[in-house]
Amino acid sequence: MAAESQAERRLPRAPRAESAAKPPHPLRELWYYFAENKGAVVGLGVLLGLIAVAILAPVIEPHPPHEQYRDALLVPPAWEDGGSWRFVLGTDVIGRDMLARLIHGARFSLAIGFLVIVLSATAGIGLGLVAAFFPKWADAGIMRLMDVVLAIPSLLLALVVVAILGPGLFNAMFAVAVVYMPHFVRLTRAAAITELSKDYVTASRVAGAGLPRLMVITVLPNCMAPLIVQATLGFSSAVLDMAALGFLGMGAQPPTPEWGTMLADAREFILRAWWVVTFPGVAILVTVLAINLMGDGPRDALDPKLKRS
Amino acid sequence: MTGEIVLEAEGLARHYTVRRGLLAGRATVRALAEASFTLARRQTLAVVGESGCGKSTLARVVTLIEPPTAGRLLVDGLDVSTADRERRVALRQAVQIVFQDPYGSLNPRKKVGTILEEPLVINTKLSAAERRAQAEEMMAKVGLRPEYYARYPHMFSGGQRQRIAIARALMLRPRILVADEPVSALDVSIRAQVLNLLMDLQEEFDLAYLFISHDLSVVRHIADDIMVMYLGRPVEQGRAEAIFANPRHPYTQALLASTPAVDPALRRKRIALSGELPSPLDPPPGCAFHRRCPHATEVCAREQPVARPFDGRAVACHHVEAVAEGMARPRAPAPA
Amino acid sequence: MALLEIRNLSVEFQTSQGPFRAVDGVDMTLDRGEILGVVGESGSGKSVSVLALMGLLPWTATVTADRMAFDGLDLPRIDAAQRRRLTGKDMAMIFQEPMTSLNPCFTVGFQIMETLRTHMGGSRRDHRRRAIELLEQVGISAPESRLGAFPHQLSGGMSQRVMIAMAISCGPRLLIADEPTTALDVTIQAQILDLLLALQREHGMALVLITHDMGVVAETAQRVSVMYAGQQVEEREVDRLFDRPRHPYAGALLDALPERSVGHRRLPTIPGVVPGAGDRPRGCLFAPRCRFADDRCADAPPPLEADGDGRVRCYYPLGDTPPGDRRGAAA
Repeated sequence: MAAESQAERRLPRAPRAESAAKPPHPLRELWYYFAENKGAVVGLGVLLGLIAVAILAPVIEPHPPHEQYRDALLVPPAWEDGGSWRFVLGTDVIGRDMLARLIHGARFSLAIGFLVIVLSATAGIGLGLVAAFFPKWADAGIMRLMDVVLAIPSLLLALVVVAILGPGLFNAMFAVAVVYMPHFVRLTRAAAITELSKDYVTASRVAGAGLPRLMVITVLPNCMAPLIVQATLGFSSAVLDMAALGFLGMGAQPPTPEWGTMLADAREFILRAWWVVTFPGVAILVTVLAINLMGDGPRDALDPKLKRS
Repeated sequence: MTGEIVLEAEGLARHYTVRRGLLAGRATVRALAEASFTLARRQTLAVVGESGCGKSTLARVVTLIEPPTAGRLLVDGLDVSTADRERRVALRQAVQIVFQDPYGSLNPRKKVGTILEEPLVINTKLSAAERRAQAEEMMAKVGLRPEYYARYPHMFSGGQRQRIAIARALMLRPRILVADEPVSALDVSIRAQVLNLLMDLQEEFDLAYLFISHDLSVVRHIADDIMVMYLGRPVEQGRAEAIFANPRHPYTQALLASTPAVDPALRRKRIALSGELPSPLDPPPGCAFHRRCPHATEVCAREQPVARPFDGRAVACHHVEAVAEGMARPRAPAPA
Repeated sequence: MALLEIRNLSVEFQTSQGPFRAVDGVDMTLDRGEILGVVGESGSGKSVSVLALMGLLPWTATVTADRMAFDGLDLPRIDAAQRRRLTGKDMAMIFQEPMTSLNPCFTVGFQIMETLRTHMGGSRRDHRRRAIELLEQVGISAPESRLGAFPHQLSGGMSQRVMIAMAISCGPRLLIADEPTTALDVTIQAQILDLLLALQREHGMALVLITHDMGVVAETAQRVSVMYAGQQVEEREVDRLFDRPRHPYAGALLDALPERSVGHRRLPTIPGVVPGAGDRPRGCLFAPRCRFADDRCADAPPPLEADGDGRVRCYYPLGDTPPGDRRGAAA
């Protein structure tokens, strides 16, 4: 070979790196794609603010939420005639400070939304995995059951469940969780079926992995992307649905300062005292909007087809 | 220098029944039939063929992912079908597999160290420190730097991922390694590195290789014996040198002639094959190759040829003697 | 005048880690009826350069060139409508994955006739007749019945034939084939390559064949261009390059082929890896992996220079006087 006839000239070189410079940390890369969506960043900011408010509620409340000021019934917000800075957003019909109730309401709405989704996702993911791993005997049964659940309008179904179990916060949460389960089941099943056909699952099988390990440790972590997106979006729907149930009197019961329940109490004051109705409504709107905006971020960030490098 | 026999296959077959829609009933897909061979330590048997030839099915049967529908498979002298649960676990550790696609064969959400240690976690009672030590030892043997232990698969190139996959396959010290197109998805220069690695490891660990590939130049380099398959059946089987020097089955001849070579001296006269590869769902009657074979006659369309010895190898062709003497009068190929 | 003239083509992508130069200073000249092979491993930029020529890159890519002319027409200057008239008609392309390159929702006949409808006049009946003609030309039997077939009903080889039929339907002067046979079986690959060559001869098309398979290039192309990490490192006539490569990378790549090591146990390999985005060398891109590199190679990138009947990008091409004999050579 011509090459061998040349004298070799070596230059003193550093040990050759087998791979390129250390690639960026996966979280950093995630943030890069997330941050491209400005709406998502704004949504995240607002949501973090709300979480902060919820956590610090006992500290930042101007008044205790249940405290009734007999001398200040239906006081308008501070910038209106008759308002005062003592009650920045006014008071309701029995003299409770609106701002304090809204701040504490954040706790309820966020916690409720979170718990509902956790409940729904856990049950849904479990069923979805079972459906994917046992296509012969479990798949058809589970999916048909989910189809039935999906066929019934969600609020109606929630009402039916609550009617059976009785009104109350926990029953309402359970009802909404049932309503959202089919989405998680479908997504998990679809993702798991795709992953099951891949070689790394076969490799784990060949290494002797049993079914539980295959389901939870091998396959599930690879299905998380669509599930995270669904959970984020489901969070906002859960907040809305809990508020709706509260409005209908089937969810949190008064005097709990949950935003939907506050709306229920305020129906009759729409013309007389607009602030009692508007502020809880705005709070729900802002929260749901923030979560929805934020939910676009993970989708863009986690979808490998949109990745660019 | 090969050692003791570690794998024996006798008439291995694998059939699937497929539903052909609501009204069409069932069909039997014969993905693999009549596969017989032995494998000894330090021996490499290459299984060669194109899509639908059954090589992947063979890989799955030998790796014990699927049981054979017929025939016997003996690993270390133990019949796989009669093994009880405990023995089956041991058997599983004796045969491991490396897959073709380096991008799909590693769990994207696990670090390299976790991937390598998984077989140990499942099958042994070693402590975390012992497992780590073994993982790092194996990484060094396949040429991976120790700091890769904590990285994720997507940070590596195809060649490095194949090294990880090979390392994982060897963690349980198997006796047989099934390599399903291990270098087909890699670049030429990386291919050379991984092939060298496989050969080194074979010597170091006394491994028997079942090497599946469609790339004949790679096979020529690494194989001791070859089994050429077509539509689920071996059509020619024997020592690699002999088959490369003088292919006897018309399909093998066409295959070798179709392989492009850089060096003009290595190129063979092109044997143009008409028609497409047959589908296992709809196999031609008689010899599966007869519709594309330049030497086919009526007997080929009627009867399935049985593999018989000829010129130091096994060939499944009705007219192998005539083809060899160049005397078979080529008929016009039957309509496809 | 050459059919295709590209000078100093560069493509830069925006990525999460900053700009990445996928193609760096590529020249390509093609005459009518010529067959050029472009060879390289992954990351060499061979596909990106032709996608840039066809205008098929995403918005994150910035394409710059001193000259990019097709049949005298300056490509960067023409507008989108003109471009669309060219693409598919005078410049056609076929891709690697035949199964996914065809639209699964439409029949084969619809897709071929779509190309005809876009670029050629005539009635629906004319198009149908032409589609059947094309299917016959590419070797598909019973073409009338195949017009109504959907892509998933065809095998890989047949799908690739359909792609080729679509590509030649309007009589292109340039056909670009990006790894057309990589996803196909060996015997089918041979058929498709024979078909491409036959069509090329018959229609007098220029053909650019991109592949990583050296054997395919050796048996098909007239001239070959070797790419490494986005740069062209050597270009010359096929037989001469494979017989006596001048660039060390081309030489090492050929040495790594198993067919050149018959009888030897170990295959020669190229140490190191292709430079990625983060660690591009200051000088010659191949220098860190080159047996013959010295400080000059590491300091400044060598230009692509004329070399015999071709070009090479190397300070010390293979076969030159050994560096030890040069004046003032350092140890």
